Amino acid sequence: MLDINQIRKQFPILSRKVNGHELVYFDNGATTQKPNSVITAESNYYQNENSNVHRGVHFLSGLATDKFEETRITIQNFINAKHSHEIIFTKGTTDSINIVASGYRSLLNKGDEIIISELEHHSNIVPWQMCCEQSGATLKVIPLLDNGTLDITEFGNLLSKNTKLVAISHISNTLGTINPIEKIIKKAKAVGAKVLIDGAQAASHISINMQNLDADFYCFSAHKLYGPTGVGVLYGKEDLLNELPAYQGGGEMIKEVSFKKTTYAGLPHKFEAGTPNIAGVVAFKAAINFITGLGINNIAKYEEGLLQYATEEVLKIEGLKIYGTAKNKSAIISFNIKGLHPYDIGMIVDKMGVAIRTGHHCTQPIMDKFNIPGTARISLAVYNTKDEIDICINAIKKAKMMLS
Amino acid sequence: MSTIQKIQAEIIEDFELFDDWMQKYEYLIDLGKELAPIKEKYKTKDNLIKGCQSRVWLHAEHTQGKIIFTADSDAIMTKGIVAILINVLSNQEPKDIATAKLDFINEIGLKEQLSATRANGLVSMIKKMKLYAIAFNN
Ligand SMILES: Cc1ncc(COP(=O)(O)O)c(C=O)c1O
Repeated sequence: MLDINQIRKQFPILSRKVNGHELVYFDNGATTQKPNSVITAESNYYQNENSNVHRGVHFLSGLATDKFEETRITIQNFINAKHSHEIIFTKGTTDSINIVASGYRSLLNKGDEIIISELEHHSNIVPWQMCCEQSGATLKVIPLLDNGTLDITEFGNLLSKNTKLVAISHISNTLGTINPIEKIIKKAKAVGAKVLIDGAQAASHISINMQNLDADFYCFSAHKLYGPTGVGVLYGKEDLLNELPAYQGGGEMIKEVSFKKTTYAGLPHKFEAGTPNIAGVVAFKAAINFITGLGINNIAKYEEGLLQYATEEVLKIEGLKIYGTAKNKSAIISFNIKGLHPYDIGMIVDKMGVAIRTGHHCTQPIMDKFNIPGTARISLAVYNTKDEIDICINAIKKAKMMLS
Repeated sequence: MSTIQKIQAEIIEDFELFDDWMQKYEYLIDLGKELAPIKEKYKTKDNLIKGCQSRVWLHAEHTQGKIIFTADSDAIMTKGIVAILINVLSNQEPKDIATAKLDFINEIGLKEQLSATRANGLVSMIKKMKLYAIAFNN
């Protein structure tokens, strides 16, 4: 059992007031708040450890490099990757996906196909459209069913020997659907396609294990995982990362530079050109330790309880419809109330200190599918409580009263 | 005092009566509900204003030397704000609209009430109204 009060005390922002009310932060899908350990790690880095990595012979450079590389090992263990050099530090999920999609521009040809799905975040759509434009490959889309799950039968029909890559999110940021990625990976592998998983919404909620999963690429962001902004991970299998063309050129990613020919450094440095967000990477370790300290399975179980409670309670509001009713769901509730615009709801509950997200959540194709302008979205994290859910629901009821 | 300024002064007075955000919001909601409907045929892509999370359509007509604005939004509070702008700027002469100083927005604390994205929507709305005025003035 997690001691939620104890956990909440580690997040200084949770005790601030917003518009005169206690903050109820239910926009964790966008970004989570940070515990003291992460905040301290970041500031301690600048106070005691700051230096550039991998370059100097002096003491601090060695220290900064050690700290930086410690996080890589921590991530390797966190996701059970085979090698630490399969962990590439990036700016975030979007950056990670772009590195792969950009590399595939020269690996794909006309006639090749990439499969994505209708529920992807724009970050897992646009890079592939750009990749197709440049390579001549074709983009195929797995359709969404009414309950917010993917049409896996149709996925089977889309797969062929032309499929070179399948890029799917682990969890939908809008609908909360946990996609059956084990099944998707297996089917894709059967036709020889590679698989990239957008794990932005998964890594802080459910256990992920690269060696069991057999995904070829897996991407996530530190900031959605109680860590700092501007840091992310691209996991890739060693041989595929070796094959993938370098993304950006610059310092740190080279072996030898001359005007005749430049040779590239090996993994992971090949994809880490320039000075990275060192402080962020160092603090990222504290975020992972926060999660593993609680136990990801304990977190998942606690959040499942919250989701169930919140779902039952919101459904008591008349005229409220939830988008995304998959059996296998993460703690995200997207909803609309009949006759009301989500924006009006969001504006009013904000005045009562409740932070929810409204809009299309960077998933316009989902909005088109359901023929709605947007939704209001509650997305929960481990520090949220049933009391906060009650406050949120009362705020929604009040908004509904004011608006109808 | 020009008509546009007079109307603004009245709006500022109205808002001074409110003690809290709830009354302000309720007032906006009421204004939104009361806003005269726009003709369906004017809810076109061209009339859609960019920069709002909610959709806003704005139509302008030039009759007898004045501009008549009609508008709609799918979000009611946005519609309330649109209604205020229409109160101030509709049925006025193009040159007055084009040169109008809209002080009331800061005075009634609308900008602080609105999130950054919505405030941008407000700016694009005003810009579009002024552009119509400039176009009709020529
Ligand atoms: C499913 C999904 N993919 C990708 C992203 C993009 O992540 P980032 O903005 O950290 O690059 C998000 C963030 O909202 C997301 O929810």
